[in-house]
Amino acid sequence: MNDMSGGNYVTSDGRQIGDTLMEMKNITLRFGGVVAIKDISFDIHEGEIRAIIGPNGAGKSSMLNVISGFYHPQEGEVWFRGSKRPAMKPYQVAEQGIARTFQNIALFNGMSVLDNVMTGRLTHMKTGLFAQSFWKGKAEREEVENREVVEKIIDFLEIQAIRKTPVGRLPYGLKKRVELARALAAEPKLLLLDEPMAGMNVEEKEDMSRFILDVNDEFGTTIALIEHDMGVVMDLSDRVVVMDYGRKIGDGTPDEVRNNQEVIDAYLGVSHD
Amino acid sequence: MFYREAGDFSTTYSQDSQTFPIKFDRYRYYVVLAVAFLVVPFFINDYWANAVFVPFLIYAIAAIGLNILTGYCGQVSLGTGGFMAVGAYACYKLMTGFPDVSIVIHVLLSGGITAAVVTLFGLPSLRIKGFYLAVATLAAQFFLVWLFNKVSWFYNYSASGQISAPERSVFGVIVTGPNTEAWAKYLICLVFVTFCAIVARNLTRGSVGRKWMAIRDMDIAAEIIGVNPMAAKLTAFMVSGFFVGIAGALFFAVYLGAAEANDSFGIDKSFLVLFMVIIGGLGSIFGSFAGAAFMVLLPVLLKNVLVGGLGWPTDLAAHLQFIISGSLIIIFLIMEPHGLAQLWRLAKEKLRLWPFPH
Repeated sequence: MNDMSGGNYVTSDGRQIGDTLMEMKNITLRFGGVVAIKDISFDIHEGEIRAIIGPNGAGKSSMLNVISGFYHPQEGEVWFRGSKRPAMKPYQVAEQGIARTFQNIALFNGMSVLDNVMTGRLTHMKTGLFAQSFWKGKAEREEVENREVVEKIIDFLEIQAIRKTPVGRLPYGLKKRVELARALAAEPKLLLLDEPMAGMNVEEKEDMSRFILDVNDEFGTTIALIEHDMGVVMDLSDRVVVMDYGRKIGDGTPDEVRNNQEVIDAYLGVSHD
Repeated sequence: MFYREAGDFSTTYSQDSQTFPIKFDRYRYYVVLAVAFLVVPFFINDYWANAVFVPFLIYAIAAIGLNILTGYCGQVSLGTGGFMAVGAYACYKLMTGFPDVSIVIHVLLSGGITAAVVTLFGLPSLRIKGFYLAVATLAAQFFLVWLFNKVSWFYNYSASGQISAPERSVFGVIVTGPNTEAWAKYLICLVFVTFCAIVARNLTRGSVGRKWMAIRDMDIAAEIIGVNPMAAKLTAFMVSGFFVGIAGALFFAVYLGAAEANDSFGIDKSFLVLFMVIIGGLGSIFGSFAGAAFMVLLPVLLKNVLVGGLGWPTDLAAHLQFIISGSLIIIFLIMEPHGLAQLWRLAKEKLRLWPFPH
């Protein structure tokens, strides 16, 4: 058995997993009297696909919001790439190389698919207001360079045909894919996916699973995802964190989690007699 | 037939991201520019300049400014009149304070001063949105007009409380003051409109524009992909203020010649420009022109038809004009809430296939 608590390990399909990329240490998050997350620690290694699962209201999305800087935990520390992260605004977190998608699609409906994906490059575009006013030199060069990166991602996710379509006109499954494209355009170190397969049919789920694996494989992107479809979670992820009522009740490979009595109790219920 | 993109391929990304990617559009744009610069100045007379062209061009600049703020960045502003007043009074102070400097520089500087003032009044937008922000900018409108009426330094202690534009010239041609020729007024406004429209278009098609639109469409998602909402909103206020300030300076110096804050830059101006932006189309530079044309031309047209054509008395026509243009606006907004720019887009999509619909 590999040592999974720290250090590197090799997955069952033979991928070498790197060092710790992100570590959550004793995170506690309260909203007034409600404790959403209670003293949770876990880590995410470079190159792995990490799933966070749990019943409704377990605090999974809150956890993702802590990572992406929406919520600031009352206690605990967030470590990213070897240093402790101070309290940050979401846009600063984005600049550090963390991108995410949302549970209910959060695309910019007034813009075309291309423009939506181009917004993913904003952290890489630095030309000032004045240079852009005249669209000369650096401004134009930067636009073209970033467009090239975006076109690669558009090819990768097979959305070339809808490039110029306003996002509002697209069907649900494609919107999810465009949102993934926007997150990928940032070339993130860590990609957070909040229920990437919610509301999809089997075929769309298969497509999306394929894309997630390809992203991990081709770009080497570390992925943390929340998902309710257990089949998908067990197939995709290397390690799984299980949460229930704000506590962590399990952590390990899909097989270990599947056989964890506490996890089974949380999902199937347990008789109190 | 008339509008085709078949066979019109972009082979580089810069070609694809230009303002008019379709050849037909591009040539039409060149033709419009050529006519506006080379033909119209020879035929323009005082009536056409004062009633139609000069107000249309100046309001187009103001509408572009407000469109950047409201249409692109989603921040509602009811302070446009007051912000135009800042441009006008800044221009007046500069013209009288530094008579030797070119009026073009003064107008640009007025834009800069207005940009600073508008950015200041944009600070509440960091905390409040929507209607509440509209009310905050309404406060700016009343405060600014009150300030320019109350503090006599702004109108150089003149007894009438008015500001009047001294005579200034560009390349030996008089462009402000009572002796200005119609074509000179028209041309200086046209130069500024062209400049403003190109700058606005460049900003809105690049990363700055995407930041604004991201904030408009979904501010939370915008923040998560790395848009600093404070910086994005304040740059929108700043750029918007720059254009509105230029519009205010030209409105006072070239069009009116003499102005008084309350009469010339009251709350009705704010609403007028807002109507232009809404009718023209939020989030469209072309829409700013279309809206300005609609709101400037409609009263002129109605007056010509009612008084000139039907021979009705002027006062009756004046009242009817309000009723008719008001109801036209309502009917129009019910039929096409996204404005003239959307109608134009739909027409182009239809033309693309015409006369074979499939």
